[in-house]
Amino acid sequence: MEQPEQETVTNLQRPETATQEVPLPEPAGLRRPELQQDITPGEHVFETDKISIYYDSFRAVTDVSLTVYQNEITAFIGPSGCGKTTVLRTLNRMNDLVPGARVEGDVRYRGAALYGPGVSAIAVRRRIGMVFQKPNPFPKSIYDNVAYGPRINGIHKKHELDEIVERSLRRAALWDEVKDRLSKSGLGLSGGQAQRLCIARTLAVEPDVVLMDEPCSALDPIATGRIEDLMHEIKSRYTIVIVTHNMQQATRVSDRTAFYSVLRDEKSDTRTGVLVEYGRTQQIFEDPQDSRTQAYVTGRMG
Amino acid sequence: MAAVTAETRQPDLGEPKGWRRTKNRVMTALMIIAFVLVLIPLGFVLFTVIAKGASVISWQFLTGSPIPPIVLPADVGGMWPAVLGTIEITALATVMAVPLGILGAIYLNEYGGRNWLAALIGFMSDVMTGVPSVVMGLFIFSIWVLHFGFSGLAGAFALACLMLPIVIRSSYEMLRLVPDSLREGSYALGATKARVTATVVLPAAIGGIVSGALLAVARAAGETAPLLFTILTVTTANPNVFSGANTSLPSQIFSNANQPYPGAQDRGWGAALTLIAICFILMIVARLVTARFSRYSR
Repeated sequence: MEQPEQETVTNLQRPETATQEVPLPEPAGLRRPELQQDITPGEHVFETDKISIYYDSFRAVTDVSLTVYQNEITAFIGPSGCGKTTVLRTLNRMNDLVPGARVEGDVRYRGAALYGPGVSAIAVRRRIGMVFQKPNPFPKSIYDNVAYGPRINGIHKKHELDEIVERSLRRAALWDEVKDRLSKSGLGLSGGQAQRLCIARTLAVEPDVVLMDEPCSALDPIATGRIEDLMHEIKSRYTIVIVTHNMQQATRVSDRTAFYSVLRDEKSDTRTGVLVEYGRTQQIFEDPQDSRTQAYVTGRMG
Repeated sequence: MAAVTAETRQPDLGEPKGWRRTKNRVMTALMIIAFVLVLIPLGFVLFTVIAKGASVISWQFLTGSPIPPIVLPADVGGMWPAVLGTIEITALATVMAVPLGILGAIYLNEYGGRNWLAALIGFMSDVMTGVPSVVMGLFIFSIWVLHFGFSGLAGAFALACLMLPIVIRSSYEMLRLVPDSLREGSYALGATKARVTATVVLPAAIGGIVSGALLAVARAAGETAPLLFTILTVTTANPNVFSGANTSLPSQIFSNANQPYPGAQDRGWGAALTLIAICFILMIVARLVTARFSRYSR
């Protein structure tokens, strides 16, 4: 049991070489030719091949195949209950925490099978951070909130932590507002500040990917604008996947958009999410290929 | 200005009228009455114990030793053996029951999940809450005292058995109140389950856990029945909690208060006041400690 886990951890800690070490016949087939013509894609960060996600026997999402590219912002849009968040939480194994949740199909992160045998969810989440819908600062000081991740990764030297905390808070555009009260509780911040604190906390562990689950849905337009600016600024260092209910937000921030919808089984009255269309954001909004996408982005459905 | 507001029709923002208002007032009155009713016994107990016990309390009463024979007046000897016994036995019981109870609650809430073992342990712990304290004393008497003799340790075992289910239940309820969003925030940074529990869940719940543990400690400190079978009741101080018969404030209250001699009855009241004071001081100290732990939760 020990040995394979060790191997996978090292594998996940060196993503640059992981693609070379693991033989990858699939990517070529997964690439969408029409996407390659108009842009130069970065490296493949995630590749999913026809995955289905179940909660016990309930199939929440099915038939999701998409590729997330490095240093891009990928948006997931769609009506409520279409499984956007479920897919997002699958990408850093957050759904492992839900009893009865399981994934069928192949999810690859930089070539490594995310749900392969011996893969440690802990190692996965250290590389793939997540920002949640509702800001969830820990009941600790602002400093300790940001230093939490580095500390669990074994950094305890004061000057190193100071540096990481300042750098992360600066990147999250929060430093100037909180630099004089780092020892105050993180719960005393406003909603927008708290969400930026959560982003700073995520950036402090230097993740490879940042997953965002409707990060602005609880915020006012000014705070939302700040966080969108922030996403543009950090995009050059990270890969971002964002779930949003706000289509304007998707058009403002994202490079690619995945539109999900709900399939309803009339016989058993169950609803299952499906990936309807995935492409460059401009194409999804201006020239959707699927009639359901068109109905949704023009506001006639959902 | 006044003319304009007078002309336009204003919405009625006043207090609701009729039955709704009556109902509101009746319910408010009922709640105040209930609160006062709860306070009455508390007030009487405190008043009586202070009125009858305060005159007995003196430095000599608290630190004097040994406890004199029941026929002697209260200003001879002192209660030190019982004060020492209560503190050492309760402390030992706390050291045994509180960490075990908190760990048990952590297992039930964080690790057990939908596991049948967790369900069984939770159920058994609830059953244990209902076991009368005298039965707990008999249990320890038969499995420990019969083989190793009376000792403070045996008393601490009995008290720990009483405290354990209370600590488990109260800590469990407090852990359940910690929102999952906090746990997820920690997991998303790559924390292990143990790390999440130790650095996020426990600190967030510590205030309530300490309150629950304190209730258990206070309950144990006031128990008489389980101690009768386990520590005996002696009149000299026994600093060694691990061997030899011991004594405690509740045992002394019991053995002095049911005597006809005025000196014994005074000693009983004095011991009762001392016990209340010890619990009170403990509560205040624990509150201060908890406030320090949870200073970021507001």
